[in-house]
Amino acid sequence: MIELKDDALEFSFPEVHPRARLRVGFQRTLRIPDDEREHALPPGLGRFPLRHVDDAGERVPAEWVRRGGVMLPMYQSEAMWLNFTALSDYPFALKVAAGKVNAATGEEWVDGLHRGPQDYLVVPGQPWLDGYAVEKGVIRQFVAMPLGEGYSAEEQIFGTAEHGGVQLLACPMKREAYERKVARRVMALKDHLMSPEMSLCKAPSARADMSLAPGGRMRQEIYEDEWEMEDWDQRHGSRCFIHLTNSLVWRAITGEEPPTTPPTSREYTEAGLPWFDYYAADREALAGSEVLARLRSVLEEGRRRGRVPLPENAPVDGERVVPIRERPRDRAGVRDGRW
Amino acid sequence: MLHMIERGTDTAAGAHTLGSFLRARREALREEDSRYSLRQVAGRVGIEPSYLSKVERDIGSPPAEETLVRLAGELDVEPDVLLALAGKISSDLREAIRRRPLLFGELIRQLKDAPDRAVLRVVREVRDGEW
Repeated sequence: MIELKDDALEFSFPEVHPRARLRVGFQRTLRIPDDEREHALPPGLGRFPLRHVDDAGERVPAEWVRRGGVMLPMYQSEAMWLNFTALSDYPFALKVAAGKVNAATGEEWVDGLHRGPQDYLVVPGQPWLDGYAVEKGVIRQFVAMPLGEGYSAEEQIFGTAEHGGVQLLACPMKREAYERKVARRVMALKDHLMSPEMSLCKAPSARADMSLAPGGRMRQEIYEDEWEMEDWDQRHGSRCFIHLTNSLVWRAITGEEPPTTPPTSREYTEAGLPWFDYYAADREALAGSEVLARLRSVLEEGRRRGRVPLPENAPVDGERVVPIRERPRDRAGVRDGRW
Repeated sequence: MLHMIERGTDTAAGAHTLGSFLRARREALREEDSRYSLRQVAGRVGIEPSYLSKVERDIGSPPAEETLVRLAGELDVEPDVLLALAGKISSDLREAIRRRPLLFGELIRQLKDAPDRAVLRVVREVRDGEW
């Protein structure tokens, strides 16, 4: 079951275990410079508003209603990251795709979990995801571009502008595996509750879809699954399609104002505000995808097309980087930070 | 107790009084963390330790809604569980019933003996379609 709570998706599986609850939020953030430097993690600037697609009635394309799910507003060239909060110690396998391009492998969306290469991430353990895994320890930031203009990973890999949006699949651990492998350790800790460019005038016929394209390079690891494949309860997975709506048409669809545009990376850095680095010393990172590594960044693709797709792309220097370390082997508890 | 909290309001009432529930919860937390002493919890919630002690012994009237909500936050339990044990209904639920009394009265009567699964289906889910 998926519910919308406080602009986040809450996955719960009461039929599997009362503790099987996971929150996925969509964070507004700075767009890092698309300049081939490897940048630190940018901050979260608050959640994007999330709304049921069903509430928009006929103000969204029939295609969106067919897919179901939710929607959020993004400006062209705005960036986003996803944060994952296990609401208890219950493990989840989470598949993340944008435009139905798997963010870990670059492969086309298929239901179910796979290894070789691992096409999902594991929560707790993976606190957030900022983009497409292009190399071991390096991602390219998720940057919104209008679907159909050729920038998105989907258009670069498959040559079609069909899906846009973000797609999620969450599978809880099997109850039996949880009780045998995780809960026993937690019970030893007593009954301690555990403790994310079109013109307005064309509105109804204008294409509202945004898609995620690869932006600048960022240091971020996607961690290997340390559980067994058969530990995952794939019979009980829940999927969700998150539509990305151009912020310029958000008000026409929902009657609400979209969030203001975030500051630029340079403005943020010059204000002395922090960037982040995340270390999980005892975890192994996935290799990254060769398919994704071949993607052209928004800037490269724009140049190829003789356009200037990013309104501002000034380099930053002198970033103040705050390290965040995973508490060793402390998988329990609600993780927060980088807000 | 853990089991009871996780299952929410359906199993909270009847098994414990508000006071015994609060005390058991706080003491379980205190075994792991000394910040959950009576004095420190009362301090963080903004009430006198002697008052919290009385509440834990079910002496006098239960605290006001705001105090119960703060206590719930401090002890990491669902506010609705504490409110139910105190014989109260949270103000947002009260307002929802006040606006549509016949509809909500009927809804609750219809669902009061329904199994958990049936009640959960009433919660608004994000709909998955074809993609």
